[in-house]
Amino acid sequence: MNFRYLPATEEDKQDMLHTIGAEKMSDLFEDIPERIRTQEEMDLPEAASEPRLLKEMSQLSRKNADVRTYPSFLGAGVYDHYIPSVVDHVIRRSEFYTAYTPYQPEISQGELQAIFEFQTMISELTQMDIANSSMYDGHTALAEAALMAVSHSKMKKTKIIVSEGVHPEALAVLDTYAAGPGLTVVRVPLQGARTDKEVLEKEMDEQTAAVLVQYPNFFGTVEELKEIETMVHQKDSLFIVSSNPLALGILTPPGDFGADIVIGDTQPLGIPMQLGGPHCGYFATSRKLMRKMPGRLVGQTVDKEGNRGFVLTLQTREQHIRRDKATSNICSNQALNALASSVAMSALGKNGIRDMALQSLRKTNYFKEKLKHEGVSVVHEEPVFNEFVIHTQTDAAAVNRRLFEKGIIGGYDLGSVYEDRFGHMLLCVTEMRTRDEIDAAAAALKGAIK
Amino acid sequence: MKQEQPLIFEISRPGRTGHSLPENDVAEVPVEKLLPAECIREEAPELPEVSELELMRHYTALSVNNHGVDTGFYPLGSCTMKYNPKMHEDIARMEGFSHVHPYQPEDQIQGALELMYHLQSCLCEITGMDEVTLQSAAGAQGEWTGLMMIRAFHEANGKPHRRKVIIPDSAHGTNPASARVAGFDAVTVRTNEKGLVDIDHLKEVAGDDTAALMLTNPNTLGLFEEEITEIASIIHEAGGKLYYDGANSNAILGITRPGDMGFDVVHLNLHKTFTGPHGGGGPGSGPVGVKKDLLPFLPKPLLKKEADGYRWDYDRPASIGRVKPFYGNFGINIRAYAYIRTMGAKGLKQVSEHAVLNANYLLHKLAPYFDVPYERYCKHEFVLSGKRQKKNGVSTLDMAKRLLDFGYHPPTIYFPINVEECFMVEPTETESKETLDAFADAMVTIAKEAEYEPETVLNAPHTTVVRRLDETTAARKPVLIFKPNKNAQG
Repeated sequence: MNFRYLPATEEDKQDMLHTIGAEKMSDLFEDIPERIRTQEEMDLPEAASEPRLLKEMSQLSRKNADVRTYPSFLGAGVYDHYIPSVVDHVIRRSEFYTAYTPYQPEISQGELQAIFEFQTMISELTQMDIANSSMYDGHTALAEAALMAVSHSKMKKTKIIVSEGVHPEALAVLDTYAAGPGLTVVRVPLQGARTDKEVLEKEMDEQTAAVLVQYPNFFGTVEELKEIETMVHQKDSLFIVSSNPLALGILTPPGDFGADIVIGDTQPLGIPMQLGGPHCGYFATSRKLMRKMPGRLVGQTVDKEGNRGFVLTLQTREQHIRRDKATSNICSNQALNALASSVAMSALGKNGIRDMALQSLRKTNYFKEKLKHEGVSVVHEEPVFNEFVIHTQTDAAAVNRRLFEKGIIGGYDLGSVYEDRFGHMLLCVTEMRTRDEIDAAAAALKGAIK
Repeated sequence: MKQEQPLIFEISRPGRTGHSLPENDVAEVPVEKLLPAECIREEAPELPEVSELELMRHYTALSVNNHGVDTGFYPLGSCTMKYNPKMHEDIARMEGFSHVHPYQPEDQIQGALELMYHLQSCLCEITGMDEVTLQSAAGAQGEWTGLMMIRAFHEANGKPHRRKVIIPDSAHGTNPASARVAGFDAVTVRTNEKGLVDIDHLKEVAGDDTAALMLTNPNTLGLFEEEITEIASIIHEAGGKLYYDGANSNAILGITRPGDMGFDVVHLNLHKTFTGPHGGGGPGSGPVGVKKDLLPFLPKPLLKKEADGYRWDYDRPASIGRVKPFYGNFGINIRAYAYIRTMGAKGLKQVSEHAVLNANYLLHKLAPYFDVPYERYCKHEFVLSGKRQKKNGVSTLDMAKRLLDFGYHPPTIYFPINVEECFMVEPTETESKETLDAFADAMVTIAKEAEYEPETVLNAPHTTVVRRLDETTAARKPVLIFKPNKNAQG
């Protein structure tokens, strides 16, 4: 059988075997002991033609309820945002997506420059000195930031304090990462909808390498970073803030509040939700901490004729040089998604990112007021960005089922993760929802909760 | 035409716009009424202001300055730069795959879960493992995930003192780095003169503190570890586990399986062997497979097939926990599944056969002109040494740069670190004989230039958009972001 990805003809094969002095293909595998050689053909589905596979995959795809068909009010770290058409047209250029890490800068200037621009945009949004070329996602970026803080203390401080306003899956990922070097992770509860600063102050000690908060936090609330920053730096710990980068179009950036590391996920900027991945972690920090930073960095330089060019730089931080002395093992990253976010940020520009954030903020508040008007109980009164919590009285999962019967994808069932939040739902509104959709959802929620 | 492209910030002009936001159909409440004053951003972020056409021209110009597999041959060893099927790009963008939310109730995403379940089954069959998780983001994260499971296994068996991970000196840097991040100490085992694990040394370093051996097979020199069953016995008898780094799986599909070689944990790089595109550095996907005794420790949730459909199982008390949010890089996993379905068992076996044939053919053509450290059949890749040329003052780096003038992406260079002036060449099965012949001709030309006109090689590249770049200054005085109107360091 001939395959369209395999160019060797029977004649080529014979010719090549002959050239290398082999009689048959199996000669090339004689160094594999007989008893571990696969004797029977692998038990896999028969090879499928292009039309057949496209049809089958299309059928599988249609078994999923997509948010283009059903208006969605799910957020919780992954958002349905406007993606300008140009984004996909750029990332489908195969010079970008069929390349690998730009190890040979002279023929990778396109990728390197695009990443340099990405680093600049992230640094600008967060108001941090520098940013790297990307991480797997926002949650592993948070865990890597914690590891970096410990490494910065030369492993002398091994305690990490993290707010329960941080995404629950980020907390889970942090726990797994912390188990490796045996770090202590202490969680600080919320007081109302914000990190409990009194508890935080009590937990802070000389052993604390870093304090991690999310801004806006998992429940949508805008944390008060200023007070936390003072507390953290008094104890000489590092202040790590996880931020939705779109929110920074309108919120005071964490860099202005004195954050030492800002991390998050650029999914809201040009990356489709695709069931949670691939997305794109970003990682920004101060110049002082630059040499402790994980991941790849692109730097500007000149060629021997003095022309501007870009290269991977500060590689002595990385695993391929440091090997067992490395504090991060990241190698492949999310370059193509960083490119997607760069294109989205370029398309939005300085005004567009603000307008998109503002529209999400306004529509969210519209929904919140509308629900209150309908008699649905909104749990917290603190200012939010694009998410807020309601009380569903009954099981939120059951409420979601009723909403879906009306063609609406409901919110995040907080009771599925937090024991004390049964009957609570986290709702999200982005600029993509229309007023009609919001009104319909408000009416449906009122009905579903009864 | 390749030419230098200004930064997008340099073509930005105030007032231009490249987007079209949805209509705002709610009241324009002033932001001051919605957010506290200290939280309202004062200065708008300096993102570029460009029209849609300017944006497209900018990124198109950048793409022209980039070499991908679709541009030309890319024999980057250990990276498996094979062709990326275009159909996969269309499939991954189907609305029911690209615009679904990870927190939609299971009943709303049965198609996606079904695809993941089938992919897991295929990967179990291909690797000879009992269960697979798709959660890990890439190879390095897969390594760390696997090691964390091995650690949990030893702890659950009352052997927390097993803290050493044995790694060959030829291994990829992520192996020792992953061991360290997982809280282990890395111990090096030497490579013998045949390019294989030194069995005597392995016996010396394996003991009751051994947690695991990490091995790539074929190894990073492109050679199959013939004594793999002996290696497995040594480690298992010492009470350790065998970890398979799947970076080189492209050589063994349908020919032998890590599970049958004696490995207990396996990760695969779906962006390498299974065509998920490399994306300029990522995203990847690094599923991890395990044998039965490690199954309880797999990351959660685990996908299960039940009578009423596919469900997430969170009730896994011995699990190492989560390694990544949601369910892994689903978009890449779709592409890998489409690839497996396109090739089937026969096709995948042909993939490895052709990959190995191409590598041996190219090795044979280059062998007279370069030093070949290990003279035997290689698997999907091989190493050469530029020692001979180095005597004329021409390094492997110089020759790699010269290859750029011929329109090729050079092989991996200076890795593995135990081969002097190393080239590591991996042609892959998707390249034709003519491409290999032309590349071999270019390499031979360069070898001759190194001898008779070294200046041509030393000053290469001659035809690229930039000449050789000053990497020393880049590292010494890092400029990592653009700042307008000053040559700012920052």
